[in-house]
Amino acid sequence: MSIISRDFFVTNIIELIIQSETILPVDTVIALENAWQKESNTIAKSQLAAILKNIKIAREKKYPLCQDTGIFIFNVTIGKNIVINFNINDAICEALRSATETLPLRPNVVHPLTRENSLDNTGDGLPDITFNLTEGSDFEVYVYPKGAGSENMSRLAMLKPSQNREIKRFVVETVFTAGGMPCPPIIVGVGIGGSFDLAARLSKKAALRPLDGMNDFEQELCDAVNTLGIGAMGLGGDTTALAVHVNTAHCHTASLPVAVNIQCWANRRAYKKFI
Amino acid sequence: MEHRLTTPLTKEAILKLKAGDILYLTGRVFTARDEAHKHILNALSHHRKLPFDPTGAVIYHCGPLLKKTENSWQVVSAGPTTSERMTQMTPALMDNTGIRAIIGKGGMKGVAPLFRGRCVYLAYTGGCAVLAAEGISRVINVYWQNLGMAEAVWEFEVRDFGPLIVGIDSYGVDLYEKVLEKASESLKAIVTASDST
Repeated sequence: MSIISRDFFVTNIIELIIQSETILPVDTVIALENAWQKESNTIAKSQLAAILKNIKIAREKKYPLCQDTGIFIFNVTIGKNIVINFNINDAICEALRSATETLPLRPNVVHPLTRENSLDNTGDGLPDITFNLTEGSDFEVYVYPKGAGSENMSRLAMLKPSQNREIKRFVVETVFTAGGMPCPPIIVGVGIGGSFDLAARLSKKAALRPLDGMNDFEQELCDAVNTLGIGAMGLGGDTTALAVHVNTAHCHTASLPVAVNIQCWANRRAYKKFI
Repeated sequence: MEHRLTTPLTKEAILKLKAGDILYLTGRVFTARDEAHKHILNALSHHRKLPFDPTGAVIYHCGPLLKKTENSWQVVSAGPTTSERMTQMTPALMDNTGIRAIIGKGGMKGVAPLFRGRCVYLAYTGGCAVLAAEGISRVINVYWQNLGMAEAVWEFEVRDFGPLIVGIDSYGVDLYEKVLEKASESLKAIVTASDST
């Protein structure tokens, strides 16, 4: 027997989507408040103040923080003891279509070549849903709306294995090239190793990680990025990146893939534990 | 320096704005992104009259999200979109209309000299879509609605819309370019340091 009903699941996913669009996670709000507090550039300070005000209005009014309500990434964790008697992919798509109408979300999903808009934020391959299988009785869903402004500034390089010192250069150059376009202060996700596509997935995971501290290498990269002085919205300032996160995987002895995924300050994420 | 201006903007008014100044705008703004730019330029090249008057107008790089109520439209969120996509079409837009200001985010590379004596670029904080919606008091009109909600031209009435930062002034000074020049030096220093370790 199914542990939860389809209706219950769909209703909760709609709520989760709305939450992700209207309430920024606490870790990100704190990081932005800290950035505002220590900012020495008055223009950047005005931009950070506007961001904090915007976050407050969105939460109070239950409106999307940003008009680019993104494309949708779902991460579902299911334990081996969980029995579900409905198609989770279909249920998520239904919830997304419904939230598109009710919140509303901006219809962002188009065919890549004809550019025809599906009008309901679903399409071939979207939303992007991944499943993690676990040993226990977990059933959890993460939702991440991803905007295009920051995603468009992401890059991937297949470096030579001897070029490990090039990693830092590639990360900093990517942020430099992006300038004010990805809506800084940004969070930089770096994926090192794996393969061409695994590096990209690692970088996305790294970008979406909670802001709960950086290791020495991440801190070194973050300091390097912030010496650029691009600042909030590219108008100059102390904080260009709130954090740099690095996720790694083993790779082929002849390869060194490096991917950099950029996340704007609207670091949207919501989580629901069903069981 | 902080300024408050009302549209339509005059040449004298925008000449007072310097890169880095803060501005709050009252009056009317017209949204236009990729498709709207193409439509405006296409109409002008065929000597067709635009459905709105661009003289002294403010163009806003924005694809808003609105909710239709019984008799009108409610602006839900209306933050700026990346201006870079409109860079190539902007010189022709400035040459053939009397626009005085462009609001957007991220700046526009390499076109600052063309702003001299006629136009300013104003930066609105990216992602601040509900804050922007609070500054919009009314939807006055919508043109080319067939382009879809995000791409149509929306005529908004705004009140104390801002804070807007003068990113490119009418003297050709580009704040973004200055920031990137400094960033470029820092980047060189980082690269040199990592090469020598």
